[in-house]
Amino acid sequence: MAEPGTELTTQQAQSRGALGSLAFALSTSVPGIHSAAIEDGELVVRTSRDRLLALMGLLRDDPRYACEQMMDLCGVDYPARAERFEVVYNLLSVTRNHRVRVIVTTDETNPVPSVHHLWPCATWWERECYDLFGVLFSGQPDLRRILTDYGFEGHPLRKDFPLTGYVEMRYDEDRRQVVYEPVKLTQDFRNFDFESPWEGILTLPGDEKAHESRQGLKLPR
Amino acid sequence: MSDIVLHEDIPEELLSADAAAKAEIRTVEIDSHALNFGPQHPSAHGVLRLVLEMEGEVVARAIPHIGLLHRGTEKLIEYKTYPKALPYFDRLDYVSPMCEEQAFALATEKLLGIEIPDRAKWIRVMFAEMTRILNHILNLTSFGLDCGALTPALWGYEEREKLIEFYEAASGARFHANYFRPGGVARDLPAGLEERIAEWARQFPRWIDDLETLLTNNRIWKQRTVGIGVFTTEQALAWGFSGPCLRASGVPWDLRRAQPYDNYDKVTFNIPVTRQGDCYDRYLVRVAEMRESVKIVEQCLAQIKPGPVKIQDHKITPPPRREMKRSMEALIHHFKLFTEGYHVPPGATYTSVESPKGEFGVYLVADGSNRPYRCKIRPTGFAHLQAIDEMSRRHMLADAVAIIGSLDLVFGEIDR
Repeated sequence: MAEPGTELTTQQAQSRGALGSLAFALSTSVPGIHSAAIEDGELVVRTSRDRLLALMGLLRDDPRYACEQMMDLCGVDYPARAERFEVVYNLLSVTRNHRVRVIVTTDETNPVPSVHHLWPCATWWERECYDLFGVLFSGQPDLRRILTDYGFEGHPLRKDFPLTGYVEMRYDEDRRQVVYEPVKLTQDFRNFDFESPWEGILTLPGDEKAHESRQGLKLPR
Repeated sequence: MSDIVLHEDIPEELLSADAAAKAEIRTVEIDSHALNFGPQHPSAHGVLRLVLEMEGEVVARAIPHIGLLHRGTEKLIEYKTYPKALPYFDRLDYVSPMCEEQAFALATEKLLGIEIPDRAKWIRVMFAEMTRILNHILNLTSFGLDCGALTPALWGYEEREKLIEFYEAASGARFHANYFRPGGVARDLPAGLEERIAEWARQFPRWIDDLETLLTNNRIWKQRTVGIGVFTTEQALAWGFSGPCLRASGVPWDLRRAQPYDNYDKVTFNIPVTRQGDCYDRYLVRVAEMRESVKIVEQCLAQIKPGPVKIQDHKITPPPRREMKRSMEALIHHFKLFTEGYHVPPGATYTSVESPKGEFGVYLVADGSNRPYRCKIRPTGFAHLQAIDEMSRRHMLADAVAIIGSLDLVFGEIDR
């Protein structure tokens, strides 16, 4: 296994340095940013909902960032958190050749300001995020479902939505129409947990000292 | 008088006075010019339902309804181990399966922090370019079919068949290859395949010439495509266009050049760019791209050297079968890999490749378990289809068909 980042080409090294200076510029000059850092070689900016529009406008229009394109918008669900949804924007600059990822958090009720007037393509991405996660977008004139069925209920990519869903449909010969019925499973849904009980334990009971020196936390005398 | 059935065509004087009073005049406004295009229309390229608001034969508004092929791929991937999630990518854009696999394989490799062997990189680049040709043949010929040119499709299928045979020789499957895997490729090329590909690469440019004699200077083809669906550079950028559609609007942007992955930094090729941004330019860009792809395939064949095609860490790639029969450790590795998979360290990455249609991206979030926590797929056609309202406005109905053809839409990918 090669260590990540050991064999960088010149181009990669240059772009990484440029990203670092971008991260520095963002975190020092723009107010309301929680963090701007390089994570796994990608520039990630975290901000709050009320600062989002100002940041996005800056990222698009400032020639230092020049993110002409919004390539992707997606949601991620963390049910355990206070604000369970992350909304992730992946921006691309074709003139400066870099990508910026902007992350805001929200919950089921607080809407995220829509960016469709900055990038018109955001409309469908926001509709998709609303459809699959139930994230609301304020100022979005067309917040309809997009991928799921007409009349679908629920938000399927939430972690508490079962993989099998709630309804299934079939064609009914007698009624000559498609009917919706509750899902019937002939076998219980099986979800295996592959977490090994030993992997989480770094320090075995009674072995603390040996573990500490092995980890380099404390040098052996 | 409830037993009397009123028919609209009974003249009023023939009805009893009682019934005539009940037959109140109702005026129902029906907009007869809303046209349902698809979902079963052959030139909808799959299952696109397009509601067209027409003013005569002119499109006033085009409202796409998508999701008819939604299979919940992203949800399914969250319940599968990383090796089991890979075959879903073949089924997204089923016209260019290997490029889709490449995006997921690269994302997983990035999170795992592994570097694949050189031969695997060359095989990937070569098959990605063959996939590009495979995709463009189908797109260009079916685009021709949409505009009334039948012959290109008949010729194109024969050429596609040759490429699909290379797919089959390498991976064992004609379409759903499951070939580019995290850690390399599934298996090495069989003996003699490189020579067959080289022979094909010598002959194929002549087929492109033949295709061009049918279409490029064809008067009917030009009448149907030149000046149709014009998208300016600003529009194309704002609507999130990528790939040939963006390059046709005058942006020299190609991820293979700008953010090279695998061995794209070791091959030389040109990036065809046109300025008009109409359907004809999108056609020209794709034709030129096919020629460049043949060049890349030839360079791959010249530079590829024997060697391993996957990393030798059997926690991530399966051990050879014959070793499995003799070595207990190899057997355990094999069993663990195909039941549990491998655990990917926590992290997130947005990794994209230049698929034949444009930027195909995967936003992969790993939480340290053996299954992706979230795998967002960035389909290319989603952004392109969204712009169809803007593109087809004030065009004729038949031009809307040409625009759909030129955008290269595949619904397996858009609907996921």
